[in-house]
Amino acid sequence: MGIRSEASPDGKGLTIAIAGRFDFSAHKDFRQSYEDVGFEPSHFTVDLREATYLDSSALGMLLLLRDHAGGDAAEVRIVNCNADVRKILTISNFEQLFDIR
Amino acid sequence: MTATIRVLVADDSQTDRLLLSSIVAREGHEVVTAVDGVDALEKFTACNPQLVLLDALMPGLDGFEVARRIKDLAREDFVPIIFLTSLTEADELARCLVAGGDDFLSKPYNTVILRAKIIALERMRQMHATLQLQRDEIALHHARLVREQEAAKSIFDSVAHSGCLDADNIRHLISPLAIFNGDVLLAARNPSGNMYVLLGDFTGHGLTASIGAMPLAEIFYGMTQKGFLIGDILRECNRKLNEILPVGYFCCATAVDFNFWKRTVEVWNGGLPDAYVLRGDGRLGAVRSRHLPLGVVGPARFDATVETYELEHGDRILMCTDGVVESRDEQGGMFGAERLSALLARTSAEHAFEVVREAVLSHAGESAREDDLTLVEIAMCDEQEVGAPASRNETSSALGPLDWSMTYELGPVSMRAFNPLPLLQHVLMEVPSLRSRGGEIFTVLSELYSNALDHGVLRLESTQKSSASGFAAFYADRGRALEHLDGGFVRFEITSRANERTGELRIRVIDSGVGFDHVAAREGGPSDPRRLHGRGMRLLDRLCDQVTYFGRGNDVEALFRWSRPS
Repeated sequence: MGIRSEASPDGKGLTIAIAGRFDFSAHKDFRQSYEDVGFEPSHFTVDLREATYLDSSALGMLLLLRDHAGGDAAEVRIVNCNADVRKILTISNFEQLFDIR
Repeated sequence: MTATIRVLVADDSQTDRLLLSSIVAREGHEVVTAVDGVDALEKFTACNPQLVLLDALMPGLDGFEVARRIKDLAREDFVPIIFLTSLTEADELARCLVAGGDDFLSKPYNTVILRAKIIALERMRQMHATLQLQRDEIALHHARLVREQEAAKSIFDSVAHSGCLDADNIRHLISPLAIFNGDVLLAARNPSGNMYVLLGDFTGHGLTASIGAMPLAEIFYGMTQKGFLIGDILRECNRKLNEILPVGYFCCATAVDFNFWKRTVEVWNGGLPDAYVLRGDGRLGAVRSRHLPLGVVGPARFDATVETYELEHGDRILMCTDGVVESRDEQGGMFGAERLSALLARTSAEHAFEVVREAVLSHAGESAREDDLTLVEIAMCDEQEVGAPASRNETSSALGPLDWSMTYELGPVSMRAFNPLPLLQHVLMEVPSLRSRGGEIFTVLSELYSNALDHGVLRLESTQKSSASGFAAFYADRGRALEHLDGGFVRFEITSRANERTGELRIRVIDSGVGFDHVAAREGGPSDPRRLHGRGMRLLDRLCDQVTYFGRGNDVEALFRWSRPS
């Protein structure tokens, strides 16, 4: 399990990359990855390229990020999902809340 | 520095006893002495020492036996024993440790070594005591947590798996052993006999789930009994959960509304795996999750649109939580949605539930007990097979309102988004003598209103509903037409007349539509029972004491007569 976050090249957004299982054990790290980053990102990108698994508590964490980023006004993209991860996001119809690519 | 401890010195040689005692005392410890094995055991019990210096070879009870008994007496407490011995053979020294000794000291005694050993063993003893204390605290906390969870579980169970789940047309499997699995299965009949079933899966187990389950069950049962549509109920459940659950917690759910008279089912799926439509003729349909789970978004963004299916007698809807498709075998392999649909495709509707149940349980093996898996199947049947809904049998001696009338007219804005039936039913049920016929009255109200709205105001053709594809198209058209409705009305004129013994209720419904040829429809009406559009009229004739069509057919009156038992 590894979570890294860094400012996007233009310095305005924050990219959070998740590796391994994205489940309850990631709760603390995931929150820290977007809190106290030293600036107010205008948008967020969650990169799931190296995420192998995602469960319902991860869905909850994504909702927390969305809430942190401004709720309905939030700009949160989820990118590089593998097929299994994509399926879980689809069943929950999260594309209605996130920009999933 | 070592704190003062009590040390038992057991040696049959008086010289050695004195020597050891003085070394130990010089270190600031309290000394108790024993002259042989039996004496050592007595002193141990009486004085409760924290360390024992024990001569291996004593007459009578030797040191090895004393060590064994001391360890028994000390039970879980760690009381270090240092064997005092003139033995030098490795085997003999090893025997000291096997018997329960923690260390040994060979003669001649070396003060420096003994002092160091006392310090080392005391350090171990303290560590052991700390661990023991922490272990006991954890055990206490755990026991309290389990007790609280059990109490919460019993509350959860009494609300979460309830209603008419034991009806003859419902089969279900709820994994038993998880103290909480967060799955909720609710079933209830509405006033006109429709069966509503809601399967929910809360994120997070335990307390969050049980807290969310309470309002969910309360809203579901309360609104079902009052005659709200399944969409209204879902909207309210979503609103409440969105309001009370912290961000990140929600409830995936599938809800169905079975109408036994019309042989239709409405399905809504928000976040659960596909629900399946199992048909007697072998066709298999899947109802995808098209909505966000309950509690994720506020009322403005919530979509309660249902999908409607026409079912034959014996057709079924199968729903499950993700614990079913995600159940894992010993190698960690998932059961999988593909396996489930393949299994259903080659199994008859009638046996599907049993086959899936067995397949999932044998796949998951022992771990099935810990998974939050719930599987439920509801079959379409005749209402007689499941009995009438429990009516509110409030026998009241009060006469209630008897001579009254009301007119209630809905314009286009109201018709677009509002269901007037629960309100009207509530007014009618204020008349105690009508309560025993509450179900029939509600069915008639629903039938009259949907006819007036669908065929009168919206001008939809009922013949369209004859084929399965037309049926789906009908509901799609209806949704569109309703959304764009900008004129027309439906008016209810309800009159109650009675004396103290008998009474009658007239429900007249007039719409702004063009009407229909009610004479022809009645006389030569479609006799094929599979045709949906003739059902409404026959149903009214059957439930009311009299049905009268006026004018061009856009004006219908249903009459109920009652008399009070003497």
